[in-house]
Amino acid sequence: MKITIQREQIVSYEIADGDVTLLSVLNDIKQNQDNTLSYASGCRSGVCGSCSMRVNGKEVLACSYKVQDGDFVEPLKNVALIRDLVVDMDKAYGFNALAKAWQKQESNGVLLSLADEKINELQSDCILCGSCYSACPVYSVNSEFIGPFSLTRVWKYVSDKRESDEKEKIDIIQNNGVWDCTLCNECTLVCPQEISSKADIEKLRAKSAMAGYSDPSFANSFGGGFGFDGSPSF
Amino acid sequence: MSNNSVLIIGAGGAGLVAALHAKAKGADVKVITKEYPTRSQTCMAQGGINAALGNAGEDSVAAHIANTLKSAHGIANEQAINLLCSEAPKAVEWLDSIGVCFSRTKESKIAQRTLGGASAPRACYAQDYTGLKILHTLYDRCLAEGIEILSERFFLEIHTQETNEEASIKGASVLNIRSGELEFYPCKSLIVATGGYSRVYDKYSTNSKASTGDGVMVAMRAGARVSDMEFIQFHPTALKNSSILISESARGAGGYLLNSKGERFTDELAPRDKVSLAINNEMAKGEDIFLDIRHLGEAFIDEELPQERKLAKLYENLDPVNDLIPIKPVAHYTMGGIEVDENSQTCVKGLFAAGECANHRVHGANRLGGNSLLELIVFGKQAGESAAEYALTNTDAIVDVNNSTIIEELENYTNEIDFYKIKESLGELFYQDVGISRDKEGLEKTLKQVENYIQDIPKMGVSDRSKIYNTNLIEFLEFKNALELSRLILLAALSREESRGAHFRSDYPNEDDSFSMHTIIDKDGVVS
Repeated sequence: MKITIQREQIVSYEIADGDVTLLSVLNDIKQNQDNTLSYASGCRSGVCGSCSMRVNGKEVLACSYKVQDGDFVEPLKNVALIRDLVVDMDKAYGFNALAKAWQKQESNGVLLSLADEKINELQSDCILCGSCYSACPVYSVNSEFIGPFSLTRVWKYVSDKRESDEKEKIDIIQNNGVWDCTLCNECTLVCPQEISSKADIEKLRAKSAMAGYSDPSFANSFGGGFGFDGSPSF
Repeated sequence: MSNNSVLIIGAGGAGLVAALHAKAKGADVKVITKEYPTRSQTCMAQGGINAALGNAGEDSVAAHIANTLKSAHGIANEQAINLLCSEAPKAVEWLDSIGVCFSRTKESKIAQRTLGGASAPRACYAQDYTGLKILHTLYDRCLAEGIEILSERFFLEIHTQETNEEASIKGASVLNIRSGELEFYPCKSLIVATGGYSRVYDKYSTNSKASTGDGVMVAMRAGARVSDMEFIQFHPTALKNSSILISESARGAGGYLLNSKGERFTDELAPRDKVSLAINNEMAKGEDIFLDIRHLGEAFIDEELPQERKLAKLYENLDPVNDLIPIKPVAHYTMGGIEVDENSQTCVKGLFAAGECANHRVHGANRLGGNSLLELIVFGKQAGESAAEYALTNTDAIVDVNNSTIIEELENYTNEIDFYKIKESLGELFYQDVGISRDKEGLEKTLKQVENYIQDIPKMGVSDRSKIYNTNLIEFLEFKNALELSRLILLAALSREESRGAHFRSDYPNEDDSFSMHTIIDKDGVVS
């Protein structure tokens, strides 16, 4: 088999046939063909989020993707490249702090039911691999967009009964946040944990509406004050 | 740099907990990790965190203590175990209060399940993502507290200064992996929280590739002592082809271990040392070993063990709902590590350690499942508070010191021997002769080989000359640490001529009271 990797130049490597993960192929290339190949990896079992990259244009975890002959491997998009397949995640991680994606204060004696557990069980599976930022067309044109995994994290906290001040987080995500998303669903399609940030953003929009916010694009792009059917609303 | 600064190396569970508590005590805190915080080994913990809450069946702190002591096989510090177990309910309550998404019971309590060696369902869990959810919540908490975390910096050296014949901490040198530049961070006190060293076994380990024990070696070079290095836990159920962990909770829930004939051959819920030895004995007879969870049913597997199903499908091309899972025991956890006192301080003043890299003497000869996440919370807090107190009361001036020469020295290495090949051989050798069953001959043979490898280090080296994100260099530095650690493991394993917990000597198959003590090694390699 042959795979091609986008490094400073595009480089092709002959590899043994077999039903193996991309990460084991990269390890094999690094140890036996080219010690200079750079990529990040850790747990090799899909929970540390280190080895996210793109294969044939789609975001994958190298440890969870089975290599096919002719695969083209590239680093994530929309993020500063450090070297070969290694990118700098600091900016994307910074959105978690910007969005205050944490519980405001320690809760005391709040009991969570099985139903409460289910509300954000999936969202708390996030491994911060950054695939969603790479796939997001909004983030690719607006580098200040708070973005998929941070908004999912905000949902994780505001949907939790232990959060005492959801308003603060809802306020923050009004600008470069929930209303900037086009609901294109690209983030959902690439998430290795099957989280849908798009769905979480929709839920955050509903919470925003309940807090008195509305989609600013209606007010702006329709000259102010048109209903959903285009008729003027007063 | 302020006058009360605590520097923490490692951003897994122990490091982040230490950071939060040091900050709460009023210290300035900086955390440095060679990965990103959420990529740390802690994220791989699946089974749970022990606390005698009694949410799923009768339990008590006394029972937790008794189970932990029994599993430690006589070489644990009873006071430390008392602290660990009696603080456990508070530790879990704290995690719950900061937002960890634990699984819940019908009565709206934190769900608990039974792991090996436990007399009650004691492990609080979050499906099979317990470590992931705890680690991410701790990380979020650190962001909330404004704690500075510097990612992708490799720990090279602790700088000390001799005053009045006593060494004190001055700071640490790290290699910025992204830029290739050396950086020095001064501090008043330093906490090593860099994780264990199971990757000495290379591919025969469940651990992340980063678990290479760097911090243990760096601390030792700075004068700290290590202990109980020979006690390495083999987890009974790793996937046969990939060494990827299948959580003990699969057996806790009623999973069976079967041999090729389809027979059960051991108590699946005995502590890990016993189960791994039983598997090892079966394998020696030529049997293949399987984990069978088919009878638990698809709904249960999807609810409680979703990750296991995904991993088995991906790495073994089988579905545990319908198929047997081929398994083998591999290195999982290192009980030994940096010697610390009742305040998590090493014998070097101002140098503290917590987490898997440290030996708080609570696991003894064999750790119980669910006690390692607990250890991170309880002793992470202790280390954080102690280091803060030290920093706040210590009046020594912060000084700059000469930077580390470790990287410079590599320039003279000839790189005629491929260290990747040696790393692989070391793993094979260790799995074979320093694994579940050991004897004098195998240990001595391996020690000789390791000493040869150590001599050959200057003939190894790196072929990638780039400064930017040079993983060839980082992997070589990790390998150097692993190689030196493997020597310490061998010295300790040879000196313990008995069998106890995870250390089974086929030439001395019984426990011997005269060895009822800790194996301590100092920086000159002297074993006592």
